[in-house]
Amino acid sequence: MGPSPVYMDAGKHGGYKKARRSMGNIIKENLNPDGIDRRGFLKCMAWAGTGALCVMQGGVLKSFALGPGGKSDKAAMKGDFAFAQISDSHIGFNKAANPDVTATLREAIAKLNALPQSPEFVLHTGDLTQLSKAEEFDTLDQSLKSVRTDRIFYVPGEHDVLNDNGVQYRERYGKDTKGDGWYSFDHKGVHFVGLVNVMNLKAGGLGSLGNDQLEWLEDDVKHLKHSTPIVIFAHIPLWTIYPEWGWGTDDSQQALSYLKKFGSVSVLNGHIHQVMQKVEGNVTFHTAMSTAFPQPAPGRAASPGPMKVPDEKLRSVLGVTDINFIRGEHTLAVVDSPLAGE
Amino acid sequence: MKRHIRNACICAGLLGVVASAAIIHGTQIARAAEEKNASASITIDNFSFTPKEITVAAGTIVTWVNHDDVPHTVVNPDKKFRSKGLDTDDQFSFTFMDAGTYNYFCSVHPMMTGKITVK
Repeated sequence: MGPSPVYMDAGKHGGYKKARRSMGNIIKENLNPDGIDRRGFLKCMAWAGTGALCVMQGGVLKSFALGPGGKSDKAAMKGDFAFAQISDSHIGFNKAANPDVTATLREAIAKLNALPQSPEFVLHTGDLTQLSKAEEFDTLDQSLKSVRTDRIFYVPGEHDVLNDNGVQYRERYGKDTKGDGWYSFDHKGVHFVGLVNVMNLKAGGLGSLGNDQLEWLEDDVKHLKHSTPIVIFAHIPLWTIYPEWGWGTDDSQQALSYLKKFGSVSVLNGHIHQVMQKVEGNVTFHTAMSTAFPQPAPGRAASPGPMKVPDEKLRSVLGVTDINFIRGEHTLAVVDSPLAGE
Repeated sequence: MKRHIRNACICAGLLGVVASAAIIHGTQIARAAEEKNASASITIDNFSFTPKEITVAAGTIVTWVNHDDVPHTVVNPDKKFRSKGLDTDDQFSFTFMDAGTYNYFCSVHPMMTGKITVK
């Protein structure tokens, strides 16, 4: 069994009582007919790092091992389409935690290209670059040329809008976007929304969507059928993970209130450079690993900066996320794959 | 003749003393001016500004230095000063001419805040 992605485990991480309480409510202890209880859920997430597929069906988790030797119910596993998420490539970073982030990005791309089902598109959930420099954006674009996919969609991280309020970012990646770079698109009946929560941040605050974007979002989803699956992607997490480190968005509750009527909402974020998941009612939240460097678990270090791990361990804490949309299923099938250690 | 030489030497010596005195006095004036432009330094490291709050005299030049391994910025919400993105070892300086309280934060990591009081 390979190293498992870091995940929120109620009771394990001291110092953030609020998270502990909410995690306790969300992951139920009770056994269900399939025998998947809370421990089973966590075990399943650990398997995810080794190429198992965890599918949530009506609140019940089923896991399927991918590859020869594992029983796999192809019909149940077959998704209508697969897409991928990469995040926090931080091109331009060159300190101890990872002196060559372009190399690990290329390894992540190789990982994507080796997926059994090619992603129909890729979402990059921000912090493309370290310092919003032209040459950093150029290097990223060069590297991403080798991804075998139809299209890459982006949302900016705070590192991408450092000196110019996002002008350069939008010139490169913001065609057909509104305001600071938000937009939506439909793919095979699923509605995707890219949000920007890294602009106009207030002192002492968290990420922020702002009134203009919120108004746009409310209008954007107003006329969709309640059965339309929704996928929201943004850089900073849209749920409060650890406010002391800015891991949350001031006005995300407002945004989520517009999505209450939908049966299936998935939120994909980056920013924290580790995998975290949360289920709250009809909304499933997921954050991705970085392709550049890991960051500490909440409260486990003095600050959320780049975390140096032993060289041989680095690739086990960086990774990509493969996502399968399975029509009729309540949530997306999400598999986080580290660059090494499977 | 000898008296002339002696007088010339005395004059030269006196001139030399006067000249030295003038130079020393000039240096003292320059030093006094430097002291008037006092400076203060704030370190950025581990996602925090240290010292977080300082009090300085009007006319002080405050310099922020980033020793963290991620970029930070120094931004005053009232738009009085704003640095560009500071990478590791980059600096930003601002001269505080007017008395008052100046809050600032890092626009990239807004939970990082600091305050400068100018008397």
